[in-house]
Amino acid sequence: MNSVEIQDIVKTFGSFVAVDHVSLAVAKGEIFGFLGPNGAGKSTTIRVLCGLLTPTSGRASVNGFDVARQPEEIRRTIGYMSQKFSLYDDLTVEENIDFFTGIYGVPREKRAERKRYVLEMANLTERRNALTRTLSGGWKQRLALGCAILHDPPVLFLDEPTSGVDPLARGAFWALIHDLSETGHTIFVSTHYMDEAEYCHRLALMYRGKVIALGTPAELKAGLTAHSLLNLDSSDPLDTMRALEGLAGVLDVAVFGGGLHVTVDDVDATSARVRQRLAAQGIKVRKLEQIEPSMEDVFVALIEAEERKAA
Amino acid sequence: MSYRRVRAICVKELHHITRDSRSLAMALAVPVLMLLLFGFALSLDVDRIPTMIYDQSQTAESRALVRQFQGSRFFEIREMVSDYASIERNIDRSRILMGVAIPLDYAKKLAAGREAQVQILLDGSDSNTASIALGYAESLVRSYSLELRTAALNHRAGERLAPPVDARLRVWYNSSLESKNYVVPGLIAVILQIIAALLTSLTIAREWEMGTMEQILSTPLRPAEMVLGKMFAYFAVGLTDATIAVLVGVFVFEVPFRGSLPLLAVSTCVFLFGALFWGIFISAATRTQVAAYQLGILSSFLPAFLLSGFIYSIENMPWVIQAITHIIPARYVVTILKGIFLKGVGLSVLWPELGFLALFALIVFLLATRKLNQKLG
Repeated sequence: MNSVEIQDIVKTFGSFVAVDHVSLAVAKGEIFGFLGPNGAGKSTTIRVLCGLLTPTSGRASVNGFDVARQPEEIRRTIGYMSQKFSLYDDLTVEENIDFFTGIYGVPREKRAERKRYVLEMANLTERRNALTRTLSGGWKQRLALGCAILHDPPVLFLDEPTSGVDPLARGAFWALIHDLSETGHTIFVSTHYMDEAEYCHRLALMYRGKVIALGTPAELKAGLTAHSLLNLDSSDPLDTMRALEGLAGVLDVAVFGGGLHVTVDDVDATSARVRQRLAAQGIKVRKLEQIEPSMEDVFVALIEAEERKAA
Repeated sequence: MSYRRVRAICVKELHHITRDSRSLAMALAVPVLMLLLFGFALSLDVDRIPTMIYDQSQTAESRALVRQFQGSRFFEIREMVSDYASIERNIDRSRILMGVAIPLDYAKKLAAGREAQVQILLDGSDSNTASIALGYAESLVRSYSLELRTAALNHRAGERLAPPVDARLRVWYNSSLESKNYVVPGLIAVILQIIAALLTSLTIAREWEMGTMEQILSTPLRPAEMVLGKMFAYFAVGLTDATIAVLVGVFVFEVPFRGSLPLLAVSTCVFLFGALFWGIFISAATRTQVAAYQLGILSSFLPAFLLSGFIYSIENMPWVIQAITHIIPARYVVTILKGIFLKGVGLSVLWPELGFLALFALIVFLLATRKLNQKLG
């Protein structure tokens, strides 16, 4: 049985379509990543799945319960971490844990064990009596995750859990998520960090309310292999972009870090033409090599395709 | 309804309350301050009315009348003057409230057994005080003239005649007619109403603003459990306030306490439930702390102060306003507190008021629960 099933969900706010006919399914134990820029409809979709918003049309179920008709059952069997930091600042670590233990109704005999587990997982055993407001971002995030899994829910919804957390703490956080997945928990996580997409088993790319691609990270990258990607490091990236415009064999040029990513159909022939054109314009080429496309390349390519379709 | 979830919310709120020591100190000190301030300032007693007397008659009879004024605790003779102008000038400058002019022929008319009139000039800018002062002056002059007439009749008849009607007034419940006895019990009710609404008006709005509400809505916690848990936490503060207020009323203002303490406790609890639920309802409806605070003050202070009958008597209001006072809980609790404090009446008299307060609490609880039941957006 799938942990999450969405069929043709639409959610509108007035005339604004936040979620536009989205359908997907997430299997038990999967880490399912929801990618997309801000305002793409990721949070709205997650809120619909948590029973916090009623879909305008379509059906969705979580753990086999219908989101519109059985919100009570859903609330008992999910853990949710909202985008905003959602713990009580003026309570201690332990008081926050006790509060959520109480409202999730964790059975008496399991309470001590769950508290110990969460404190250890978040590495907060020593700071259990510290006020939550004194914790750093990474610690707060792990405590928030801990509080969302006190009742050991089979499905976890994490809405941009790593935003505003330093890279080291983000790595530790993803390690926790992998541990949870290995013990059979389904994790539905949204992010706008493209590098985090690689940690997910499967991904949906969301753009303007629509899912524009769905698959494993490898599958999504393979979708681009009809074309090849060149990393171009030149003396003047802006002039280079202008110079390559319209050159035969060049499908796309995008700024990437300090250099450019050039999408081409034929690596060898086009590489030669690129060097020729740039030499003619007096632009020095420091490096030109074929690279594996990253998730960001995939995403940029897909969005551009979508925009072309719309135009 | 789960007891554990209600308790979890209640414990969490108590942590918020005890951790924010400044707000807690405010919540406990403000009612006492208000009670002391209003209790001493809101005196409706009219006595020692500053008065000037212009005695044109200058006879034994007129001096006897002046002595009557001097002997009354309601008047304080500032000066004996010899013209109207002084009286007018002093009324204009608010130095005196009342002037008494005894006419030239006062003694002559009395001797002839005719009506002897005394002129009373009053500063009517505070109509309430003026009419009370007038009442005192009239009754003083009338009883004095009755005394004179009886004495004259006795003299003529050569025997003692009893006056035709001898009215002896006895005021019940507040026999010394001190306004503090009337004001303080009502004041306690009004203060509790305001404090209770303010205590809870921020509680839900804060969760919305902090983003914790979204987290809580994703848990099995039910709205009714949240409303109850929050109410009980602030109930602890409200009940402390009520206890302090009653103690200040009895020991500082020395308001007589004639009724049943258990009945007072039960009524206060039922009233607090309703007032606290009201604050939660406002908080859930507005979702922002600023709006909740303002609406909380407005919706508790104004009706409690103006429409509860605590100072302004409901019988004198236009009928539309009178009708509105029937849905103001403060009206009923003012009646209950005055009844328990001053009259010592029990449940057999006060049950309709207590019943209304219970009904109000229940309705507002359901409203607050419904308002919270809403989803995001």
